Amino acid sequence: MGKKLVLNFPSSLVDKPIISSLVREFNLDFNILKAYVTPEEEGNLVLELTGDEGKIGSAIRHLKGLGVKVELLSKEVEMIRERCTDCTACIPQCPVGALWMDKDSFQVKFSSEKCIACGICLKACPTRAMVLRI
Amino acid sequence: MKTIAEINEKIKTGKAVVVTAEELIELCREKGVKKTASQVDVVTTGTFGPMCSSGLFLNIGHSRPRIKLGGGRITLNGVPAYAGLAAVDLYIGATALPDDDPRNSLHPGNFTYGGGHVIEELVSGKDVKLEAIGYGTDCYPRKKLATWINLKDVNEAILFNPRNCYQNYNVAVNLSKKTIYTYMGILKPELGNANYCSAGQLSPLLKDPYLKTIGFGTRIFFGGGPGYVAWWGTQFNPSGKRKENGIPCGGAATLALIGDLKAMKPEFVRGASLVGYGVSLIVGIGIPIPILNEELCRQAAVPDGEIWAPVVDYSQDYPQSTGRVLGEVNYAQLKSGRIEILGKTVPTGSLSSYRKAREIASLLKSWILQKQFFLTQPIFFFPGPESGYTFKMLKEKPVKQDNKPN
Ligand code: SF4
Ligand code: SF4
Repeated sequence: MGKKLVLNFPSSLVDKPIISSLVREFNLDFNILKAYVTPEEEGNLVLELTGDEGKIGSAIRHLKGLGVKVELLSKEVEMIRERCTDCTACIPQCPVGALWMDKDSFQVKFSSEKCIACGICLKACPTRAMVLRI
Repeated sequence: MKTIAEINEKIKTGKAVVVTAEELIELCREKGVKKTASQVDVVTTGTFGPMCSSGLFLNIGHSRPRIKLGGGRITLNGVPAYAGLAAVDLYIGATALPDDDPRNSLHPGNFTYGGGHVIEELVSGKDVKLEAIGYGTDCYPRKKLATWINLKDVNEAILFNPRNCYQNYNVAVNLSKKTIYTYMGILKPELGNANYCSAGQLSPLLKDPYLKTIGFGTRIFFGGGPGYVAWWGTQFNPSGKRKENGIPCGGAATLALIGDLKAMKPEFVRGASLVGYGVSLIVGIGIPIPILNEELCRQAAVPDGEIWAPVVDYSQDYPQSTGRVLGEVNYAQLKSGRIEILGKTVPTGSLSSYRKAREIASLLKSWILQKQFFLTQPIFFFPGPESGYTFKMLKEKPVKQDNKPN
């Protein structure tokens, strides 16, 4: 089972190889969905951890112990098909390429697997076709 | 050479050849312009994007006892409507906002609901709450009215949009260091994205760039029903710069359009919320272009790759009206999802839906083929580039202390 997490590293931890130790110590696979440094020089990482439930739990406790803020990405963004006009205004806003246009049908497609629920497209969509489910 | 009357005769007898602008481009590539022009009678076009200069006239019918809304105050679902007309006529504009909407006081405002959404709800058949106050007269004694109204019950519902269907439009970018929120959508800093708003090769006025067949009285597809060209649109500018193929490389022509909202469909009349900017109405429009001669065919067959739009910075140049253009790109480049600006690769997004534009062009085509829609000979044509008609900026005359015009 995979879990999507949002990690926030204080600036003091930004340079440390924290994630690679997760792999070694807890035997987990990870997939970085998004990484960026905030204007306050904090590191933000959205990643998906896959592996044993219990080990994911221990990994989260380990991260918290190091001073990393960990939040479960429990929010889900959905596209309401009937409201979408396929304009493409949301596409360049999405940081992870979860929205794209199908070149044959000119329909805008959405991948909930890729989406990190950042919420940017919710604002960018003129007909409010993208919604947040908590 | 053909006439509109001849084409209508062919439509009646089921002999008319009708193609969408996309299909025309293919035909001209295969067979050449000359042959295609002799075979094709009508080309259908389409566009579907936010058009702020839109609004609805309603006559709600008289109440018992009567109330005079003119000179009073009216809201529809909390959105103020214009009450400067006769007793029970009103106008609700697409960009109107409820008095209590926070607007941009917490920037960027969300603009969740406004006039455009009221129009969408009406066309969807939903009840809308009308609240009004009048001042009371001998003949119209009532002073307060609160009632649900429905599109099917009102007398007239006339969508009248003073400026729709822009011939071409800017591509908006942001050169500044912070995100900006515009009518062209969210623009990320330092050329983070480029937004455009035209169907390009399917867009009606790009297909008849000199408006040789479109004029006062032209029957069109308007919001899913039939509509008409009611005048040239506001900010009409036939004198702008054009490419060799005759196609303007900027704003240029616009149309004022009129139609019966009762005949329209919610799929083609949608409210829009532009974060940090306001509310608008997305309107679906399609115009049939009669192929009366080879020249019209050649122009209607111009593909995306030969239609150019100016790239404009919306952080400084647009708000300050400097007139600076960063470069030109064509619609084929825009639709590829990436363009090059100032040496940088920039992802593109559109406010106008090409998928819907296609749907409109093919719907209009099927209306004509099914003999439900005939072409009109315009009553008169609009000013062309030779007329000198142009678009002016406001010349401000400062209001002085004496409060007298100077
Ligand atoms: S919320 Fe929207 S913009 Fe953000 S990742 Fe998901 S699809 Fe992309
Ligand atoms: S911005 Fe909204 S309407 Fe446009 S393509 Fe994206 S989800 Fe669809």
